[in-house]
Amino acid sequence: MTDKLLPVIDPESRFFWEMCAQEKLMIQQCEDCGKHVFYPRSICPHCMSDRLRWIESSGRGRVYSYTVARRPGGPGYEKEVPYIVAIIELEEGVRMMSTIVDIPIEEVRCGMPVQVLFEKVTEEITLPKFAARLEG
Amino acid sequence: MSLRRAAAIVGVADAELEKGRFKGEKTVLQAQAEVAKKALDEAGLTKEDVDGLLVAGSWGIPGVGLFPSVTMAEYLGIQPSFTDSTNIGGSSFEAHVGHAAAAIQAGLCNVALILYGSDQRSNRRRNLGRGRPAELTAQYESIWGLPAPVGAYALAAHRHMYQYGTTSEQLAEIAVATRKWASLNPTATMRDPITVEDVLNSELICDPLHLLDCCLVTDGAGAVVVASAEKARDCRTRPIWILGHGEAHSHSTIVNMPDLTVTTARESGRRAFEMAGVRHEDLDVVQIYDSFTITVLLTLESLGFCKPGEGGDFVANQRTAPGGDFPMNTNGGGLSCLHPGMYGIFLLIEAVRQLRGECGPRQVPDAKLALVNGTGGVLSSTATCILARD
Repeated sequence: MTDKLLPVIDPESRFFWEMCAQEKLMIQQCEDCGKHVFYPRSICPHCMSDRLRWIESSGRGRVYSYTVARRPGGPGYEKEVPYIVAIIELEEGVRMMSTIVDIPIEEVRCGMPVQVLFEKVTEEITLPKFAARLEG
Repeated sequence: MSLRRAAAIVGVADAELEKGRFKGEKTVLQAQAEVAKKALDEAGLTKEDVDGLLVAGSWGIPGVGLFPSVTMAEYLGIQPSFTDSTNIGGSSFEAHVGHAAAAIQAGLCNVALILYGSDQRSNRRRNLGRGRPAELTAQYESIWGLPAPVGAYALAAHRHMYQYGTTSEQLAEIAVATRKWASLNPTATMRDPITVEDVLNSELICDPLHLLDCCLVTDGAGAVVVASAEKARDCRTRPIWILGHGEAHSHSTIVNMPDLTVTTARESGRRAFEMAGVRHEDLDVVQIYDSFTITVLLTLESLGFCKPGEGGDFVANQRTAPGGDFPMNTNGGGLSCLHPGMYGIFLLIEAVRQLRGECGPRQVPDAKLALVNGTGGVLSSTATCILARD
C-alpha cells in the first residue's frame, strides 16, 4: 500500500489502467486522422472524430524533459526526495508524465532513450515507469 | 474588431503589505473592498458608476469563492450589467482588461472594476493541489509527485537548456536585475541586493530552478478601474489607454504543453501588437509575469523581443535592470515585490503608475508606452495588454 496519490479511475481511463495491470502500455489512435492520442479520451483532439481505437505502444521513447524534486510534491512523497519526474515522448509521438528508475538521478538527461516497465502499487493500480535503454 | 482606445484605465490601487502580509488583520474580501474603494476614489468615481465587475481568485473554494464576481458584488453592494469570473490563472486580469474594453465598446457597461485578493501568506492557505485527489486529467500527472507549480516550470527550463544551451547563470541575471528594481521600491517585500552567485547558491527546489529563481509567497490585493473613453474624460486621473489586447491558452497540465519552450504569448502578443499598431522598439517599459525566472525568458522569446533560444543572451549584462536599455518588472516583480498566487493584476498596476510618472526613484523617464504580459497556470495561458498615455 502507498500513501501517495493514486489515480481516480473513471470511465475514460479504466481500460488504460486495467491494461497497465497486465503490463501493456495502451494509447489511442484516431481512425480518421491517424494521429496518436494520450491521455485517453472520447473525442480526437486533432480532428474531433469520435473513432478512437486503442493500440499498444512500443513502450520505447525518450526523455523530453525532467526535473529532480528536491522537496516533496505532496503528502506521501516526503521519503522519496530527491526523485525524478519526467515527460516521456513515446515513439508514437505522444507524451506522458512518469519517472525514471534504475539509474542515478544525476545521469538523467533530456533526449535519453527509455523503455517502459511496470510497477504494481495496489491490486488495482500498476504504474508505467521508465528505465534507460540502449539504442538499437 | 479592434478595441484600440475604446477604453482607458482610470484607477488602480493595491493593498499595503508588511513583510509580505496584509498590514493589519484582514479578510480577503475586506482587502479587495478596500482597494476597490481606493481605485474608484482616485478616479473620482463612486460605486454607483460601476456597472461591470470582473473578479478572479482562489479564495473561498469550495464555498463563496466559486462565484467570485457574485460574492464581491454582494459585499460591495453593486449590481453589475456585465459580470466576468474568468479564471485562467495569474493572467486572468490582463484577460479581464480586454473583456472590459470589449464590453464597454459593445455598450454592455461603462465602468468596469477588476479585483483580486489573496491572504495566502497570513492565512497559510497556499495549497496548489497538494492532497487533492488525482482525478480527471490530473490522474496521469499528480500521481508522480511533481511539486506544483515549480516542477512544471523546471521541466520547461531543462528543455530550454537542452535545446539552446541556456544556463542557470542566464536565468539568475533576471532575478538579480529584478531585485535591483525592488531595492528602489519602498513597498517591495525583498529589497536586499543579490548576486548571480547568491541565486546559484540558493537551495535547489526543482532542478534546475533554485529558491531565488522562484517568486515570493505573499498576501496581496489589487484593483483596476476601466472606463469608456467618454467617462475617462470626466475622471480625476490621467487616462491610460488600452491600445492592444490578446489572450490565448494551449494546455492545462504541463505534459500537454505543445512545446515547453514557447508560450501562447506568441499569439496573444502578436494580436496585441497588431491591434495597438506599435512595434517592439516603440515600448518604453514592459511588465512580464515572473512566477519564475524561466517564465520571463520564455515570454520574451514568445513575444518576439528576441528569437527562440536567444532569451539568455537578451537578458545578459543586467539589461533589464535599472539603467539598462530594457526596463522590465520595475516594481520588483513577483520575484521580489509581491506574489499573492495570481500576480497579473500587479503588472497592470505598475504599468499604469509608470505611464502616469508616479514611480519616484524607479520611474522610467518619460514612459509613454507599456506592454504587460500575464502568464497563468503552468505556462498554460497568456494575456497581453499594450497601454499608453496621451
